[in-house]
Amino acid sequence: MEKSIAELRETFKNGGTKSISWRQSQLKALLQLINQNEDSIFKALDQDLGKSPVESYRDEVGVLKKSVTYTLSCLEKWVAPKKAEVPLLFFPAKAEVMPQPLGVVLIFSSWNFPFTLALDPLIGAISAGNTVLLKPSDLAPACISFLVETIPKYLDNKAIKVVAGGADIGERLLQLKWDKIFYTGSPRVGRLVMAAAAKHLTPVTLELGGKCPAIVDTLSTTPSKAKVTAKRIVGGKWGPCNGQACIAIDYLLVEEKLASALIELLKKTIKRFYGENIKSLKSISRIVNEHQFQRLVNLLKDPNVADSIVYGGSVDEEKLVIEPTILLDPPLDSEIMSEEIFGPLLPIITLKNIEESINFINSKSNPLVIYAFTEDETFKKRILSETSSGTVTFNDSMVQFLCDSLPFGGVGQSGFGRYHGKYSFDTFSHEKSILHRGFYPEIEPRYPPWTDFKLLFIKLAYEFDYFGLILLLLWFKRS
Amino acid sequence: MASEVEKKAVFDIDSAKEVVQELRASFVAGKTKDYEWRRTQLKAMLKLMDENEPQIVAALRDDLSKPELESSIYEIAMLKNSCKLALKKMKHWMMPEKAKTSLATFPSSAEIVSEPLGVVLVISAWNYPFLLSLDPVIGAIAAGNAIVLKPSEISPATASLLAKLVANYMDSSCIKVVEGAVPETTALLEQKWDKIMYTGNGRIARIVMAAAAKHLTPVVLELGGKCPVIVDSGINLQVATRRIIAGKWGCNNGQACISPDYIITTKDYAVELVDSFKCELELFYGKNPLESKDLSRVVNSNHFARLLKLLDEDKVSSKIVYGGERDKSNLKIAPTVLLDVPQDSLIMNEEIFGPLLPIITIDKVEDSFDLITSGTKPLAAYMFTNNKKLKEKFVEKVSAGGLVINDTTVHLAEPTLPFGGVGDSGMGAYHGKFSFDTFSHKKAVLYRSFAGDAPLRYPPYTNGKLRLLKSLLGGSILGIIRALMGWSKA
Repeated sequence: MEKSIAELRETFKNGGTKSISWRQSQLKALLQLINQNEDSIFKALDQDLGKSPVESYRDEVGVLKKSVTYTLSCLEKWVAPKKAEVPLLFFPAKAEVMPQPLGVVLIFSSWNFPFTLALDPLIGAISAGNTVLLKPSDLAPACISFLVETIPKYLDNKAIKVVAGGADIGERLLQLKWDKIFYTGSPRVGRLVMAAAAKHLTPVTLELGGKCPAIVDTLSTTPSKAKVTAKRIVGGKWGPCNGQACIAIDYLLVEEKLASALIELLKKTIKRFYGENIKSLKSISRIVNEHQFQRLVNLLKDPNVADSIVYGGSVDEEKLVIEPTILLDPPLDSEIMSEEIFGPLLPIITLKNIEESINFINSKSNPLVIYAFTEDETFKKRILSETSSGTVTFNDSMVQFLCDSLPFGGVGQSGFGRYHGKYSFDTFSHEKSILHRGFYPEIEPRYPPWTDFKLLFIKLAYEFDYFGLILLLLWFKRS
Repeated sequence: MASEVEKKAVFDIDSAKEVVQELRASFVAGKTKDYEWRRTQLKAMLKLMDENEPQIVAALRDDLSKPELESSIYEIAMLKNSCKLALKKMKHWMMPEKAKTSLATFPSSAEIVSEPLGVVLVISAWNYPFLLSLDPVIGAIAAGNAIVLKPSEISPATASLLAKLVANYMDSSCIKVVEGAVPETTALLEQKWDKIMYTGNGRIARIVMAAAAKHLTPVVLELGGKCPVIVDSGINLQVATRRIIAGKWGCNNGQACISPDYIITTKDYAVELVDSFKCELELFYGKNPLESKDLSRVVNSNHFARLLKLLDEDKVSSKIVYGGERDKSNLKIAPTVLLDVPQDSLIMNEEIFGPLLPIITIDKVEDSFDLITSGTKPLAAYMFTNNKKLKEKFVEKVSAGGLVINDTTVHLAEPTLPFGGVGDSGMGAYHGKFSFDTFSHKKAVLYRSFAGDAPLRYPPYTNGKLRLLKSLLGGSILGIIRALMGWSKA
C-alpha cells in the first residue's frame, strides 16, 4: 500500500496531473465508465442496498453524469487565474490568485450512496489536478468490487487508485501524510480523521450528518399543497436509501391540531408509493446490514417509544427490512430523538405553535439541512436568521443536492468544508496569491535609516492619501 | 479587589468554561449578529488605536525594541486600514449571494447566506503582537461572532495593553482577552469553539488542530516556513537588494513569517550580490548596526540562543561574509549574510526567524525551482528577474502561500489577495473579505414552490419515469419532450 502511495506522489511530482488535457481526459473516461456500465452499477446497488434503478439513477448515476458534464464545461474557466485589484500606490503591479492542486489526496466515502459519495469528490480532486486514493466504505461490497475492478480499466492507474478494506486499512491510511483528506461519514469517525490529520497539518473536509428536521406549516393552506407537502416529505424520508442518508428528513415538527391530518396524508402517500404493508413493500431500499438493522430495531425497543408508533413498526430480520414507520411524540429524551436515526423511522413532534420549532431545532446540534414547508415569508426569514445548518430548503426535500451552484456541506457537528460544482474544484485546490512588481518607480521612504519624513510619507501612503503625499513631497522638496 | 486578584491568579478549565458560556449566551441572544453592534465595535477599535498610539508603540518597544516606524506602519496603520475596509464593505459582504439554479430544480431560486459561526478563539503570535491579534478579530467581528483573543505571552507588555484596551473600548460581554501561557491556552483549547484561528509555529499548530478535532471545530492555521528568494542576474541589483533588506531586517529584524529566509542565486552572480548587500546594509544601518535604532532586537534569550546555535555551527560560522556580531545583554545580533552554507546545516533546515541570511549558489537559475520544491511549502516565495519565461516557470512550479515577483513581503498589504499558507505553512486564509468569509458559515438556501411537482420523482418507479428522469437530469429539452411523449404513451 505504501508503494501505491509513493507512486501517487511521484506522479504528482512529475506533473502528470497538472495539464488541463489530462484532467479532461480523466473526466471523459469517468463519464464513459458510468455510461458503459450503468447496468452493472444498478445491479451492484440492488445487491448491496436493494435500490431500484430509478432511485439509483436519480441519486447516483444521474447525479454523477451531471457533475462530470458540468465540470468539463467549466474546467477551463475554473483553472484560469483570477485578477485581483491593486491600488495605485503599488503601480506598476499586477495581482492575481491562481488555483493549484494540493497534491496527493485521500477520499473516504460512505456506504449509503457508494457511487456518488466516492466519485463526486473524485471528480473535484481530478478537476483540481491532484492524484487520488479512494477508500470506499466496506459496507457496500458489491459496489466496492465494481469500483476496484472498473476504475483501473478507465482511469490513469498511476494517478488514481482505489483500495478496498475495513477500518484497519482506514487507520493505516490515516497514519500517512496526505495533502488533503475528504471524509464523508459519522461525527465519531470524523473526529478520528481530523485528529490523525492534525499530526501532519493536513487540511480536511468533513461531510457529516445530524438530525435534519422538517418544519411542516403548509397543511392548512390548500388541499393540493398539503398533498404535495406530504409527497415531498415521504419522498424525502424513505426515498433516499430508505432514510439512510445524511440529508434525509430525520423528524417532523408540526402544530398539535394538524398532527392527525398530517399522519393521515402520510399514511396514504406511503401506501401509494411503497405498498400496503411490509409484505408488499416495493420501490424502497433495504437496511444495509444486520448491525444497522439491530440498531434501528433497538430504537423502537423502549416501551414509551413503541407506544408512540402510529403506523408501521413491522420488521423482517431475514430480509433486513423495516417498513416505513411513523411515531407521534416519542419521549424527547429517548434515543430516537437524540441520535441521528438514519433509517425508516419518522418521529413527529407536535408543538402548540409552529414558531416554537425554531427553539426546538436550536436545542439540538446544527444539522446538515433544515427543511421548512411554509409560505409565511416572515417565518421563512426567522428560520434563516435564527437557526444554523449547512443548508436550508423551503417547500421541498432533497433537491438542493442537485443544485451545482449551491455549496454542499455542514456547520458545527454536521461538519465543515463543502463541495459540488465549483466548490468541489476549490476544495481540492490551493489558491495561491501572486503579486508582480516592477523595479520602477522606487519609493525611497521604504528604506531605513528612518526619519520623521519617511514616517509621515508611509502613513499617508497607507491611507492612500495621494493628495497628501503630493503636498508632502512638494513641501519637503522646497524646504 | 481581592476576588479580582483571585480571578486573575488562576485561569483554569472552569474559568475557560465560564468565559465560553458567557460568550455563547451573548451570541445566542443575538448581540453580535446585529449590524450596528459590528459597526460600533469596529469604530471602537479605530478609536482604541487613535487614542493610544504612543502606548502601543511603547509596548512594542518594550517587547521587541521595535522601531517606531515599524510599529506605526506595520502594526497600527495596517490595522487601521483593515478596520476601515471592513467598515466600508461590511454591509456588502453581509448580503446574500444569488446562486444560479438549473432545469433540474425548476422552478426554484437559490442564494448563499453568510452567517456567523458563533464563538471563536483567536490565538496570536509574538512578533506582530498587535496586528496578528486584532486583524483576525476585525474579521470575526465583521462576520458577527463573539470572540476570545489569546495574545502571546512572549510579548507580555503588548498582551496586557491589549487586555486593558479591549476591556475599555469594546463590548466585554462579547469580546474578551485572556492572558497567559501554556496552562491558560490548554484550558481554552479544551473548550468547544466554532472556529479557532492560530498564528504561530507548526509544533503548536498540531496541538491546536488535535484539540479542535475533539469538537469537530474548523481551524485556520497561519504558520511559516523557509521563504526563499531567487535572485537572477540582469536586474536592477540595488533595488532588489534594498527590497530584500526591507523584507528581511526591516520586518522585525527577520522575525516575520514572510521574511526572506534564504537566497538562491547563481555562482556567477553571488559575489556581486554579496557586495551589494554589504553596501546597502551599511547605508541603512551604519557601520555599527548593533547600535542602530532602526532594528528590532531578538525577542528573548531563548531565541537568541537558538539563533547563535545556527550561526556558530562549525560548518556555518566560516561562511559569514558580513556581520556576525552579537550583543547578548541587549539581545542583538547584527544583520548577517552567509555564503554557501552546506545544505545539511541547521540553518538550512529550520525556519531562521532572525537576522541571518544565507545565500545558496547554484549553476543555473532554473535549478532553484527543484531546490525549493524539495523542501516543505513555505508561506511565501520571492523572485527577482526580468526574464518572462522564468517568471512563468516560477509561478507554475513553486507552491507557496503567496508569491511576489521583484519585491518581498508587500503582498501582505494587498487586501484583495488571500493571505495564508499551504502544506506545512498552514491552511485557510484571511485579509479583506477573506477574513469575513473565514469567520462565516456560507449557508446554502433553496426556495421551491408548490407548482411543478413532477410525479416522476415519486414511486412507484417505472421504466417511463426512469427515461424521463434521465433526460431531465441530462438537461436536454428535446430529450425531455421525447421522454414525456413516450411516457404518456406508456
